[in-house]
Amino acid sequence: MGNLIFEQVLNSLQFGVMLFLIASGLTLIFGVMNFVNLAHGSFFMIGAYVAAVVAGASGSFWLGLLVALPATAALGFLLEWVVFRRLYQKDHMVQVLATFAFILIFNDGVRMIWGPQPLPLNMPAAFAGPVNLFGLPYSSYRLLVMAVGVVVAIALYFLINRTRIGMWVRAGANNLEMVTAMGINIRLLFRLVFSFGLLLAALAGIMLGPLVAVQAGMGDDVLILAFVVVVIGGIGSVPGAAIGALIVGVVDTLGRSLLPQLFALFLSADAAASVGPALGSMMIYLVMIAVLFWRPSGLFPART
Amino acid sequence: MQRLFIPLLLVLALLLPLLAQASGMEYYIGVLTRILIFAMVAASLNFILGYGGMVSFGHAVFFGLGAYVTAIASFHGVTSAWLIWLLAALVTALVGLVIGVIALRTRAVYFIMITMALAQLFYYFFVGFRYYGGDDGLQVTARPLLGFGLDMSGDNAFYWVVLAWLAASFILLQRLLASRFGLALNAIRQNERRAQAIGYPALRYKLAAFVIAAVIAGIAGSLIGMSNLFASPKLLHWSQSGILLVMVALGGVGYFYGGLLGAAAFLLLEEVLSTHFEYWQIYVGLILLLVVMVAPRGVSSLVSIGKTLKQGEQHGA
Repeated sequence: MGNLIFEQVLNSLQFGVMLFLIASGLTLIFGVMNFVNLAHGSFFMIGAYVAAVVAGASGSFWLGLLVALPATAALGFLLEWVVFRRLYQKDHMVQVLATFAFILIFNDGVRMIWGPQPLPLNMPAAFAGPVNLFGLPYSSYRLLVMAVGVVVAIALYFLINRTRIGMWVRAGANNLEMVTAMGINIRLLFRLVFSFGLLLAALAGIMLGPLVAVQAGMGDDVLILAFVVVVIGGIGSVPGAAIGALIVGVVDTLGRSLLPQLFALFLSADAAASVGPALGSMMIYLVMIAVLFWRPSGLFPART
Repeated sequence: MQRLFIPLLLVLALLLPLLAQASGMEYYIGVLTRILIFAMVAASLNFILGYGGMVSFGHAVFFGLGAYVTAIASFHGVTSAWLIWLLAALVTALVGLVIGVIALRTRAVYFIMITMALAQLFYYFFVGFRYYGGDDGLQVTARPLLGFGLDMSGDNAFYWVVLAWLAASFILLQRLLASRFGLALNAIRQNERRAQAIGYPALRYKLAAFVIAAVIAGIAGSLIGMSNLFASPKLLHWSQSGILLVMVALGGVGYFYGGLLGAAAFLLLEEVLSTHFEYWQIYVGLILLLVVMVAPRGVSSLVSIGKTLKQGEQHGA
């Protein structure tokens, strides 16, 4: 039992860190451009697909990563220029529909190009085995995923809090009209935030690729979780996304893995097998509803 | 012309299954039934979205719950369709009330997200709850009985039952929209603060509309359960809610027949594309994108059908 809890806690932190990568971009796009981007999860998927294809052809996970990141960001940059920038001024309903259309296009698009079967994406050979962690074996690749997430989160912190672009972004999430009035190149700022957000989503998709199946629709459920994170944390707030991602990662992973066992302690095995998983998957939504009930703009609202 | 249009359409709708049968296209009776059922749900969503201004991203929850009421009732040996409809209405009214009370505390994007989250709660409940089939869904053993010597086990008869429900819900919605209630709802959408200041309790009006829409969607859900003889958790998934929004947008948000037109357009599109292309959703996506960018008010705005009920818009906007 102790082993299991230890492993699940690590898994949940790792999941939370990856969720943060997806949600931080989403919350900035949301906060700065006031744009609801349902297609964000598709870039998580596209990143993983490109990495899987390149890694499959070359045999190198790292080459896949190196190709997929700029490729996804470039696709985002292009689409922002062609389509998405026309949506910033429209109402949320139109944004939801247009980006929902992109989910359909991307999901069937990858099936069309790479077939309906999931693609294999192998973890780098150096991280294939387990490591000994406080006397317990744990996947070294999962540790790597966590390390990457933490490093990127720290880099993001410095980027947003210590650089000029970061200052623009913070200001944009806080009060866009004022930023415009100060003469900042808004279009460039939007394009950078958008592409960078998608880059982070793609990074999460590539890192999680070896742990989940690389297949069409893999971004859809992640997208919803990322939205839960954004809403819990407060739209436009990166620290909020960090806290939200940890909450969702921990509650979701532990809820799914431990609740069924908890129920087994005082319910019949049959009833526990029925109620446990159901309640486990519902936990994060209950948390989100509770947060919105008491703090209708999330934990750390960015807008003034 | 305008006055004759609707009765003519209704007569045509009544005769369609016979026409389909006569021309050897029985298959399309099922397609038509699906269109009518989805038209009900889409119309109910259009009611709260187009007239009440509530962008619910979780409307599929009521649709799915209706289907599960059918399946669970039949699982426990209930065979009366009337009892199932009553149960579906009660369950969805209650759930609609609870979701509405929670969700209507929030605004704008938060409303979109919280309706989605609340719907996902029910989705995961049915996915995880193995007693009622879990993620495999739950079968309906036989189509429920209508009684009074009426039989709706045949496809034609069932189509007519669905048509009757659709007509009933359209009459209800039309009456509501033309009444004080509908006018107040419209006023609240256009300027909630002003409506509140005049003395309309905005929240209560919106909540009432939300519950009415939930019940109509629930009845439609019970019909889809009876039609497919199956309830699947997929009916409650957020992507289903997305498709319902797509239908309303395609048809025309805030146009009275927007829901009907949108459901028909979407399902026919799906029918045609899926027979010709293996990866047809990509084309649905492209068409949707085109509609949203070029005619964001949907098909109705192009042909201006049902504009009469939209007069408030011109004055208000």
